[in-house]
Amino acid sequence: MNAQKIDQRTLLQNEKDPLTHTPVHLLSLDAVGKHYGNIVALKDVTMAVDNGRVTCVLGDNGAGKSTLIKIIAGLHQHDAGTLNIMGEERKFDSPRDALDAGIATVYQDLAVVPLMPIWRNFFLGSELTSGFGPFKSMDVQKMKDITKKELAEMGIDLRDVEQPIGQLSGGERQCVAIARAVYFGAKVLILDEPTAALGVKQSGVVLRYILQARDRGLGVIFITHNPHHAFPVGDRFLLLKRGKSIGYYDKKDITLDELTAQMAGGAELAELAHELEQLGGHSDVVKEVQAEVADVTHGTETPKQSGPRHA
Amino acid sequence: MTQTLTKPSVPATDERIGKRSPLQKLLGRPEVGALVGAIVLFVFFAVVSPTFLQPSSFATVLYGSSTIGIMAVGVALLMIGGEFDLSTGVAVISSALTASMFSWYFSTNVWVGVALALLVSLAIGYINGWILMKTKLPSFIVTLATFLMLTGLNLGLTRMIGGGVSSPSISDMDGFASARAVFASSVRIGGIDVQITVFIWIALVAVATWVLMRTRVGNWIFAVGGDANAARAVGVPVKATKIGLFMAVGFCGWILGMHNLFAFDAVQSGEGVGNEFLYIIAAVIGGCLLTGGYGSAVGGAIGAFIFGMANKGIVYAQWNPDWFKFFLGLMLLLATIVNLIVKRRAELK
Repeated sequence: MNAQKIDQRTLLQNEKDPLTHTPVHLLSLDAVGKHYGNIVALKDVTMAVDNGRVTCVLGDNGAGKSTLIKIIAGLHQHDAGTLNIMGEERKFDSPRDALDAGIATVYQDLAVVPLMPIWRNFFLGSELTSGFGPFKSMDVQKMKDITKKELAEMGIDLRDVEQPIGQLSGGERQCVAIARAVYFGAKVLILDEPTAALGVKQSGVVLRYILQARDRGLGVIFITHNPHHAFPVGDRFLLLKRGKSIGYYDKKDITLDELTAQMAGGAELAELAHELEQLGGHSDVVKEVQAEVADVTHGTETPKQSGPRHA
Repeated sequence: MTQTLTKPSVPATDERIGKRSPLQKLLGRPEVGALVGAIVLFVFFAVVSPTFLQPSSFATVLYGSSTIGIMAVGVALLMIGGEFDLSTGVAVISSALTASMFSWYFSTNVWVGVALALLVSLAIGYINGWILMKTKLPSFIVTLATFLMLTGLNLGLTRMIGGGVSSPSISDMDGFASARAVFASSVRIGGIDVQITVFIWIALVAVATWVLMRTRVGNWIFAVGGDANAARAVGVPVKATKIGLFMAVGFCGWILGMHNLFAFDAVQSGEGVGNEFLYIIAAVIGGCLLTGGYGSAVGGAIGAFIFGMANKGIVYAQWNPDWFKFFLGLMLLLATIVNLIVKRRAELK
């Protein structure tokens, strides 16, 4: 393991923010923690997000990924450490607060309201209006046109912006939500497991939109449990486990194999293989896990190898 | 047509999706099932009862529809917003009792009572919504509790203040004539007296439709009913929207309460129980989804019209009105099934 952890405080000494050219992070967390009652959900997490960079947050279920994004998105409040936006300490009381600070979140499960037309979803919460006073009404035609145009720019060609968004595929829905965040001038875009429920091709489409958002100068936080999705698009990688950071790496300092090994945790897989054997698990499964252990500990696993074996 | 011409380079967007004809688009509307039901019912009564088609009978049908329809506007909006209210039936009576008892007891101009009743109605809605948002209990429980409490308050306070089961007559008090002109007069159109509630009803439906389809608040109503968490995550004020909806129901209840009061000059304190279901039925027949996020104000109006036609049509057909409730239940079942089938068909195509 020769991956070199990032020293948070010196990260931008030699490197300036690509867009603002100021030595301040767009968004940074410093030793942030959160507990629910006596349960520690997140402890001592430090990370940074910059314009035109993708920061990946990796971790298994229950690692604290959701808690982390809920804090940044304003759904929950942290109770330890600091959250800085452009160097200024902030604490968001509501999602509206976070949105106003330029932080938009695309949730895996609650990105959109399925029964509502696409254009209504696109502008939900930020509707365009014309007129004044009590006679203020929505500028429906303009909103439909913009929805169509923005989605076309992201490469989504829609039949009809009037159709309920629930009729779109999971990938398309994620893309609408990303396009929406980009259009409304988000500075930070949080993507919560956007590829988790998607097939291979759909995932590829979403990953491309992540790069598009990055190229438009947004700071992207990409939450995932799949290192194969994170590595190609990420610039920095934060690994979480049981609510704690187990590593924070710059892309140049880590390889996909090392990332996968860190994620999987070689020792735990070995333990699992042992357990399955004891339980009299299916021999094929045990062999598979053992093979994986071997792969992980030797750091040779690649997506190409893992593909057919799981098939 | 023009779309296919302007985008020749783009490969066919999705070959699996064909064009939807205008008819299919119409069939996709929430209120279409109710509309079909209303037409069938109208033709049916027109055939079996010769008096049904007379203008004066029709005005009576419209009046009956309007007294349900005014409430159905608020209830339909609330249902689209994902909640429902069981206290509406008695809240109407609470509003009427407030206006009459206050102005009678303090011998004020009745308009003072009318204004106070508006505050009380809005407050009932606010409290319903506020408790719901604070406790996150289902609206069924919260409004059932309000229903029971208001039923008790109506009877108890009326006996305590007026000493009877109905409010004292206020017909000789200041302002009664002008209030009656506003809430319970009739307009003569082509030789037929049409009750003013019919016009209020139509105006409310128009305003509600505009709000739903053309304002930000309308967008929020669909969103909080369709998926409150998603709505909150994109910055929609979910609590304020839902509380506002309960207050809108309160406003509708105030209008109907004032009509009841000034049409008869006294109110029975035990009335109103059970009416809440009529309003909910009207909204459901009109295509509002009980689980929220889908529906229209026009649908609620058509539902109320179906109710009015069935209610009066049975009388004009000279049947025993005992059968009315059975008929209403059957209508509810048929209309919702038709809604379901039509919606599925429209979505498949």
